[in-house]
Amino acid sequence: MILCRVTGTVVATQKHEHLRHNRILICHPVDLKKELTGSSFLALDVTDAGEGDLVLVNREGGAARILFNDMHIPLQAVVVGIVDGIDVDVDQACKARP
Amino acid sequence: MNLAKVIGTLWTTKKEEGFVGAKLLVLQPLTGELKPVGRPIVAADTVGSGAGETVFYVTAREAVIALKDDVDHMTPVDAAIVGIADYVNGVER
Repeated sequence: MILCRVTGTVVATQKHEHLRHNRILICHPVDLKKELTGSSFLALDVTDAGEGDLVLVNREGGAARILFNDMHIPLQAVVVGIVDGIDVDVDQACKARP
Repeated sequence: MNLAKVIGTLWTTKKEEGFVGAKLLVLQPLTGELKPVGRPIVAADTVGSGAGETVFYVTAREAVIALKDDVDHMTPVDAAIVGIADYVNGVER
């Protein structure tokens, strides 16, 4: 899983029927200093995260299928947690590849 | 799942038969801030999107899954459009 900041939402009435479940959030990966890194992507939310929240995102299709108990859901990323706090020795972390 | 803009369409007569019936569109991937990023790709459409629309798509195995419902065989795609964005960050598309 990776750390992301929720930077927005997407509203779509016309979408794949198996994606009807939840809100679509725009997630932007952050490094351990909580600075934005890489480029943002879309994920389905199961935690009611809001814009600006620091969240945990699972980026694997198999997990999405298990989580939604739906073998036909075309989904690769799910927001699975809202991070309250993180305590880490940042100096020991490698720089995230750009 | 990523945002993209539909910038064109594409048709092929000679193709792997798994493609029969799949509508192919040319997409320019976008970041969450709607900035173009990366090379354009070709994706199969599952929601009736058209040129100029902002859509979102999945890749890899999930793209095949997206097409699985209406056909009984596996379509050999690695990208499939699964929705048309009405609003992104409250801005109408």
